[in-house]
Amino acid sequence: MQQCSILSQLITDMNWALNNNPNPEEKEPKSSDLYHLGAIDLPEKPRKIEFWRSGLMGFAKMQLQQQHSVAVKMNNNGNNDRVGNNNKKGSTFIQEHRGLLPKGLILWTIFVGFISRGIYQWMDDTSKVRREEVLVSMCDQRARMLQDQFSVSVNHVHALAILVSTFHYHKNPSAIDQGTFAEYTARTAFERPLLSGVAYAEKVVNAEREMFERQHNWVIKTMDTGEPSPVRDEYAPVIFSQDSVSYLESLDMMSGEEDRENILRARETGKAVLTSPFRLLASHHLGVVLTFPVYKASLPKDPTVQERIAATAGYLGGAFDVESLVENLLGQLAGNQAIVVHVYDITNASDPLVMYGNQDEEGDTSLYHESKLDFGDPFRKHKMICRYLQKAPIPLNVLTTVPLFFAIGFLVGYILYSAGVHIVKVEDDFHEMQELKVRAEAADVAKSQFLATVSHEIRTPMNGILGMLAMLLDTELSSTQRDYAQTAQICGKALIALINEVLDCAKIEAGKLELESVPFDIRSILDDVLSLFSEESRNKGIELAVFVSDKVPEIVKGDSGRFRQIIINLVGNSVKFTEKGHIFVKVHLAEQSKDGAESKPALNGGVSEDMIVASKPSSYNTLSGYEAADGRNSWDSFKHLVSEEDLLSSSEFDASSSNVRLMVSIEDTGIGIPLAAQGRVFMPFMQADSSTSRTYGGTGIGLSISKCLVELMRGQISFVSRPRIGSTFWFTAVFERCDRCSLKKPTVENLPSAFRGMRAIVVDAKPVRAAVTRYHMKRLGISVDVMTSLRTAVSTVTASSGRNGSPLPSSGTTKLDMILVEKDSWISTEDIDSEIRQMNSRTNGNVHHKSPKLALFATNITNSEFDRAKSAGFADTVIMKPLRASMIGACLQQVLELRKTRQQHPEGSSPATLKSLLTGKKILVVDDNMVNRRVAAGALKKFGAEVVCAESGQVALGLLQIPHSFDACFMDIQMPQMDGFEATRQIRMMEKEAKEKTKLEWHLPILAMTADVIHATYEECLKSGMDGYVSKPFEEENLYKSVAKSFKANPISDSSCSQS
Amino acid sequence: MLGFGVDRLQADINRLLTSLFHQGVLDEQFLQLQQLQDETSPTFVYDVINIYFDESEKLLRSLRLLLMDREFSDYKKIGLHLNQLVGSSSSIGARRVRNVCVAFRSASELNNRPGCLRGLEIVEHEYHYLKNMMHELFQLEQQRLLAAGVRYPM
Repeated sequence: MQQCSILSQLITDMNWALNNNPNPEEKEPKSSDLYHLGAIDLPEKPRKIEFWRSGLMGFAKMQLQQQHSVAVKMNNNGNNDRVGNNNKKGSTFIQEHRGLLPKGLILWTIFVGFISRGIYQWMDDTSKVRREEVLVSMCDQRARMLQDQFSVSVNHVHALAILVSTFHYHKNPSAIDQGTFAEYTARTAFERPLLSGVAYAEKVVNAEREMFERQHNWVIKTMDTGEPSPVRDEYAPVIFSQDSVSYLESLDMMSGEEDRENILRARETGKAVLTSPFRLLASHHLGVVLTFPVYKASLPKDPTVQERIAATAGYLGGAFDVESLVENLLGQLAGNQAIVVHVYDITNASDPLVMYGNQDEEGDTSLYHESKLDFGDPFRKHKMICRYLQKAPIPLNVLTTVPLFFAIGFLVGYILYSAGVHIVKVEDDFHEMQELKVRAEAADVAKSQFLATVSHEIRTPMNGILGMLAMLLDTELSSTQRDYAQTAQICGKALIALINEVLDCAKIEAGKLELESVPFDIRSILDDVLSLFSEESRNKGIELAVFVSDKVPEIVKGDSGRFRQIIINLVGNSVKFTEKGHIFVKVHLAEQSKDGAESKPALNGGVSEDMIVASKPSSYNTLSGYEAADGRNSWDSFKHLVSEEDLLSSSEFDASSSNVRLMVSIEDTGIGIPLAAQGRVFMPFMQADSSTSRTYGGTGIGLSISKCLVELMRGQISFVSRPRIGSTFWFTAVFERCDRCSLKKPTVENLPSAFRGMRAIVVDAKPVRAAVTRYHMKRLGISVDVMTSLRTAVSTVTASSGRNGSPLPSSGTTKLDMILVEKDSWISTEDIDSEIRQMNSRTNGNVHHKSPKLALFATNITNSEFDRAKSAGFADTVIMKPLRASMIGACLQQVLELRKTRQQHPEGSSPATLKSLLTGKKILVVDDNMVNRRVAAGALKKFGAEVVCAESGQVALGLLQIPHSFDACFMDIQMPQMDGFEATRQIRMMEKEAKEKTKLEWHLPILAMTADVIHATYEECLKSGMDGYVSKPFEEENLYKSVAKSFKANPISDSSCSQS
Repeated sequence: MLGFGVDRLQADINRLLTSLFHQGVLDEQFLQLQQLQDETSPTFVYDVINIYFDESEKLLRSLRLLLMDREFSDYKKIGLHLNQLVGSSSSIGARRVRNVCVAFRSASELNNRPGCLRGLEIVEHEYHYLKNMMHELFQLEQQRLLAAGVRYPM
């Protein structure tokens, strides 16, 4: 009951753990019995995978409660540490500074903006400079040309002045009159294109006025009014004039303010002087008047102003039409539309006078160029200002380059930014994945641990429950109670099986399943499996049979447990799904099946053609006569297998290779697998049909485990199935040949050897079944003849025994020991009972002849049939199928009364056997722990052993000085000073020395006692010379296994011990 | 009346054992131990448990001494002691003591001194609890034996 309650508590805990809200904070220990020691690292963040989370939580909870999963705790620690390191190491610069990315983008954009601006500035500046240079050059060019033209004109005027002085004053009489002057000037006008006209005014002082006026016949007039001039000191009336300015004649040039000033200045300097610009009378163009003095006599060198004034004879003047001049000039030059030209008179610097140019026409005020103009008049200053007409257009290349540059720069920045963002994202993802991976791995470890722990934890109390139930069933119970208890027991067994399967599955998934390699006997394993299912098959009325080809070696090396598991699985399935017909397990070499495919006519060994003919044509040549899915096991192919065996001895068949590939097929005549479901039969938790599982139960995990196991054994598994007809599963597996392996009998059933050389007749109409029977008989050493009908058998026996006591004509001297009849053959043969009885009685009457014993094989037998069998003379025995060699042996022993040769029964309850094994044995228990010592001693004493205790390896060594009287030694592994391994090594050394000295072989079986049974530990045990191990605390079964193994495996030591 | 309490005492013993099993103080190993007791060694359980207490007492004392030492660093020795304790505890089926010892041992393997101190406390607590319970059990057993031993002439 205690165990029940433990179990229920555990299950409740698990449920709680699995269902509870996976909030890490909730995992605080809830009661005082939950401790938190060391560093139990709990997952910190919520898991993404719900399933594993719950699994882990359950596990963590269990950890808290159980506190013995140290390894996993460490594991988790390690994992978390690794995650931590990863976070520190793995995060890159860019990841740590992800916040700077947008800022970086903005900064970069601004930076690019600045650079674009700079580029714009630079390009703009360059173009401005170029523009300015162009302007300067254009302006200077214009100024120079203007100046040149002007000075050319001035020179001409100068020449004209000299002409006048020469021909007017130095000739007497004057060679020039108005007509000449006008003509000459008109004809030379092309030389003065800038001058609208020239005129010559004579210097007339007031005293000479009258004379002058008379001489010329006109009066001197003022310029403004045209009235006769008022009296002045001096006059300058025009006497000669070009035709274009003939209106000037007789006008007094001194009357105009400008002209007067000009004249005065000209005669003082002796150079050409200019007036400030003014509107010309005729054209209203802006113009200046050029005045040039004409002197009477030649002047002395460096004349003074007075001398000049005195020598002045007159003045030559001309009007410069500056406007048209400049207009002309500009017209001749290219690009004059682009620039605006202004010419200023800046004699008075504060008030520049426009000489040319439209004041309104401003042009581009931002840029201008001044050029100095020197028209030869030192008193007047002129300048030219040039501007562009239009503002500088923004150049196209700037317009395209700068935005393009900006765009590219921005794009580059953006690309870098998005790359950065992407890197950050990818790295984040990567870290997340890594973390998840670590978690998943941890979860996987935890899952395995969880499964291992849970299944162990469940199994322990379940064993208690099952044991108690078994005991309960032994007590007196009412039928209802018995029914309940039985149901509970069945459920418990099913639960254990399921847990085992789940654990296997987990192990396989984790790749932790390793196959052992130990020698085992395939036949006995198959017999075991058969015996497991015999009850069920008998109840269902199914024939269950096994056949192992003779060529299959007796002992092979491999994982017997796993092999057995596969077969149990497949046979279990078959039994589950078969209601009628048969289940036939057949083992042969994989190579044989190939040979079997070829048709071999050879038939031998009592198998004759007419047997096949005799079998009912309506039924199939299978074990039970039902149709099977795969034809392979039908007699047609099977006979080859059988016949071949008789032809070839097993030794000559491919004995060279060290491996043997076995083919095992399991044929049933069950419901078969629906075609649609055949594809997913080997997938875990996939059953053919959900209704199937409801009808037949089961988890569907078995086949997938079998598949994995078969693959681990380097084989394949496959099946042929036809719905409603049956399925045949077959698999191959590779085992090591083990010809020289000594038979370790504890695992192998001892078949009684008392039957060797006996003969028997098997009566069976079905050749396959007969072959199976023959196989089992053969294992017992009985040679078998097969007869298809009982009648022939009886007649043969009767005839032969009547003749010479020899049952078969062919068998010569050997007598017939038994006749084994298949029930079907017997039932189908009517009216044979009396003959049998007769035969029986006759032979019984013969004292000298031991009569052949009669036995009946039956799958199931009804009471009436049993009575009939009794009356017919099968009273001796009815052997219930499925056939097993050992069982046949036992039955036949009974029949033949061979009990005296019967050996000790290998089976039986283990304590009894343990007792038999240990009674009277002297055993040394070495353990430093007094409690353990005491318990071990108590346990061993209970089984009848004499126990001596030693508390350390040294003491043990002292006790074990050869010769000693101990039969076995139980050695604790963990001991201070000298541990179990070391002690064993020394003991073995001592034995070796003793052997050398005394030639007596000593081998004391030493069994390790250890609390934690890890495989590695076991191997170390073997390495240091131990014979096995017992897990602490002692469990009877466990103890029995180990003790039996080492005691039987070491017969020498037993004998030597008993000698000493 | 003397002798009539046998059933009641047996029920008490069973109840006590059940509760101990339920709490996880004991496990099936204790049952195995009880099975080892027969006519040839009628006080087997009692003897073994007493040895266990003696040994454990020593071990705990030594553990406490070791851990109380300020400059202590001999975690290996602690581990050895604990191994002993674990071994003997699992032998008698003192499951909870064993479990807390395992936890203690894992703390000592990590050289986790606070964990060790805590572990020691817990182990001592569990140990004393177990001892009390066992004491009670043996007393009941004693009484039951006494009661069973009384025979009234019919």
